[in-house]
Amino acid sequence: MSLKSKDLVGIKELEAADIDLILETASGFKDVLGRDIKKVPALRGKTTVNLFYEPSTRTRTSFELAAKRLSTDVINISVSTSSVVKGESLRDTALTIQALGADFIIVRHSCSGVAHFLSRNLDASVINAGDGTNEHPTQALLDLFTIMEKKHTITGLDVAIVGDILHSRVAKSNIYGLRKLGANVRLIGPPTLVPEFMRELGVEIYTDMDKGLKDVDIVMMLRIQMERQGKGFFPTTVEYYKNWGLTSERLARAKENALVMHPGPMNRGVEISSDVADGLRSVILEQVTNGLAVRMAVLYLLAGVKA
Amino acid sequence: MKITIRNGRVIDPSQGIDCICDVVIEHGTIKEVQKSKGEVQGEKGKTKSRTNERHKEEKEIDASGMLVVPGLVDMHVHLREPGFEYKETIKTGTEAAVRGGVTSVCCMPNTSPVNDNSSVTEFILRKAAHEGACRVYPIGAITKGQKGEELAEMAMMYEAGCVAFSDDGRPVTDSLLMRRALEYSKVFNLPVISHCEDLTLSAGGVMNEGVLAVTLGLKGIPAQAEEIMVARDIALAELTGGRIHIAHVSTEGSVGLIRAAKKRGLAAITAETCPHYFSITEEAVGNYNTFAKVNPPLRAKRDVEAVKGGLQDGTIDVIATDHAPHHRDEKLGEFDAAPSGISGLETLIGLSMKLVDEGLLTISELIRKTALNPSLIVGLKRGTLKPGADADIVVIRTGEEYKVDPALFISKGKNTPFEDVTLHAKPVVTITPVRIYEWE
Repeated sequence: MSLKSKDLVGIKELEAADIDLILETASGFKDVLGRDIKKVPALRGKTTVNLFYEPSTRTRTSFELAAKRLSTDVINISVSTSSVVKGESLRDTALTIQALGADFIIVRHSCSGVAHFLSRNLDASVINAGDGTNEHPTQALLDLFTIMEKKHTITGLDVAIVGDILHSRVAKSNIYGLRKLGANVRLIGPPTLVPEFMRELGVEIYTDMDKGLKDVDIVMMLRIQMERQGKGFFPTTVEYYKNWGLTSERLARAKENALVMHPGPMNRGVEISSDVADGLRSVILEQVTNGLAVRMAVLYLLAGVKA
Repeated sequence: MKITIRNGRVIDPSQGIDCICDVVIEHGTIKEVQKSKGEVQGEKGKTKSRTNERHKEEKEIDASGMLVVPGLVDMHVHLREPGFEYKETIKTGTEAAVRGGVTSVCCMPNTSPVNDNSSVTEFILRKAAHEGACRVYPIGAITKGQKGEELAEMAMMYEAGCVAFSDDGRPVTDSLLMRRALEYSKVFNLPVISHCEDLTLSAGGVMNEGVLAVTLGLKGIPAQAEEIMVARDIALAELTGGRIHIAHVSTEGSVGLIRAAKKRGLAAITAETCPHYFSITEEAVGNYNTFAKVNPPLRAKRDVEAVKGGLQDGTIDVIATDHAPHHRDEKLGEFDAAPSGISGLETLIGLSMKLVDEGLLTISELIRKTALNPSLIVGLKRGTLKPGADADIVVIRTGEEYKVDPALFISKGKNTPFEDVTLHAKPVVTITPVRIYEWE
């Protein structure tokens, strides 16, 4: 078994079997990460470039560490807005990096479709580390991995995703992944952030969080961008928290063994209360650990497609 | 010089002509359309020259099996000159026009500098006279610098040769100013052309709003962003009695609003659409195809059907291209950053003929919308084969399939979402009062 594409641009483009393969492979790497010596020589001699057009700490660090654990050489390029303004086109930057011999280009960009554009224009494997409001596929894969570890299946689970769905690439990737693996997905939030036509993606929509959380197996919280406040999406973060913040009282509506997830970074007191974030049902830090294993699996499998 | 186009199916909606006829041209004007007398020698669609006894050159074109129609009038074209010659020039744009069967183009004012005063109008006309392959009729800006703040010198631009006023892609958001423009333009009886977009509602959107935009992570523009402005402009036209022409209608709601307004009959309202709005849907954006990025955006299937319905029942008077050439590099990158627009002159006839194939329009109705109506709206004596009219004629071959190949475009802009689409109607000869252009 191997992946069909040299690139990972989105969950939308994957089949359920591809996702299963990545999750299985990640499971093997998670064992490696539990050992004393956490590094394997699998991809020695390969070069990984982190090409980040948007600031990121956790995703970039996670990719960097995953690439290093597989023994690839890693270069981090943070393209500040100022050098983009200076005039080099995205395509020229990427071709230059490829000409230096990169095997993997991990890209994050504020414009949707950038990973797709690079995948069409480059021979190197392109991995989408977040493009605009489109997708963040490795985040969804690590979320699926975490659910699988805890629940041993995804089919038939009821999953609530809460918050700014419209602008969230994490939510989009998770919706596709969860639907492909047979989960029931509910989106919860104000209509300004959860447009009605998203029903066409095969999900249910709730504006009332108490109703939406009833008997769910998983609660996925999303980061609320502070910039949205006062832009008409919602009046204030105080009002938002009152209606859509995850508190212990609200969480009680979910199943007793429901998991609480969050892709980070969290805004405590805006979308999630501290006691829930740090509570027993929170798997937020495990998500971070699993991210490493999943990203190793992705790099490893894509290298196989190339060879 | 005398030119005779023989044995073609001559269609001229201005005279109700649809017959196998000969068109006789003398000294750059149409002499007559007469019943064909019979066979002629020579190869189909090719010019045959001979010199008669008085040593005057005579040309004959055998148009057997082809359509002979008035040269098309495209009232929505971006020639990009002055200022953006790397995208298109008056020379290349008009050459692309004649290749597409268009013999008159109205060019939008969003150049650099903006065509908001008579000296820019004069520059365009002078350039066009020297280098243009066909007639060019400038459209002046409504407001200075297209900024939507104060009226441009409309009377002086009218004197210099402008045939309409428009702020093009930067709609006049100030309703009072738009009212004034509609009132003031009555002095010259020229239309105000409106790109209808409520910018506060479209708010940086890059494609049609809907589930497809969400799954691509692209910001959507709801149909209502267009419809709100269509409704406002109709209301202002009814208030003022000024002439409003709604550019590039793309939504079901807009068609409905215009239809209802025409029924009320309170104001002079005309409307246009473009081939891409009746040929393809938002699906063309597919995998972030920047060639399908256009403003207003490609819409849903129901909108495409409604636009066709509007063409069929006369709600939409005109088919124009909104020819918007861009440089390759500008379209090669992030979807959000790519400029909007489609290079449309050279696919106009091929795409529009599909409306005839689908039984929505007769050929005569199609020519009315692509030649006669735009001519009447901007006040030209073109788009007709009446004796004495300038000899603007296009001979169209139909029934022979070909695939659209942007590499063959004469326009500098190769940005089309119709690459590899199979069409069959194609201009093979375009005649202007001063030249015969032949291909193949």
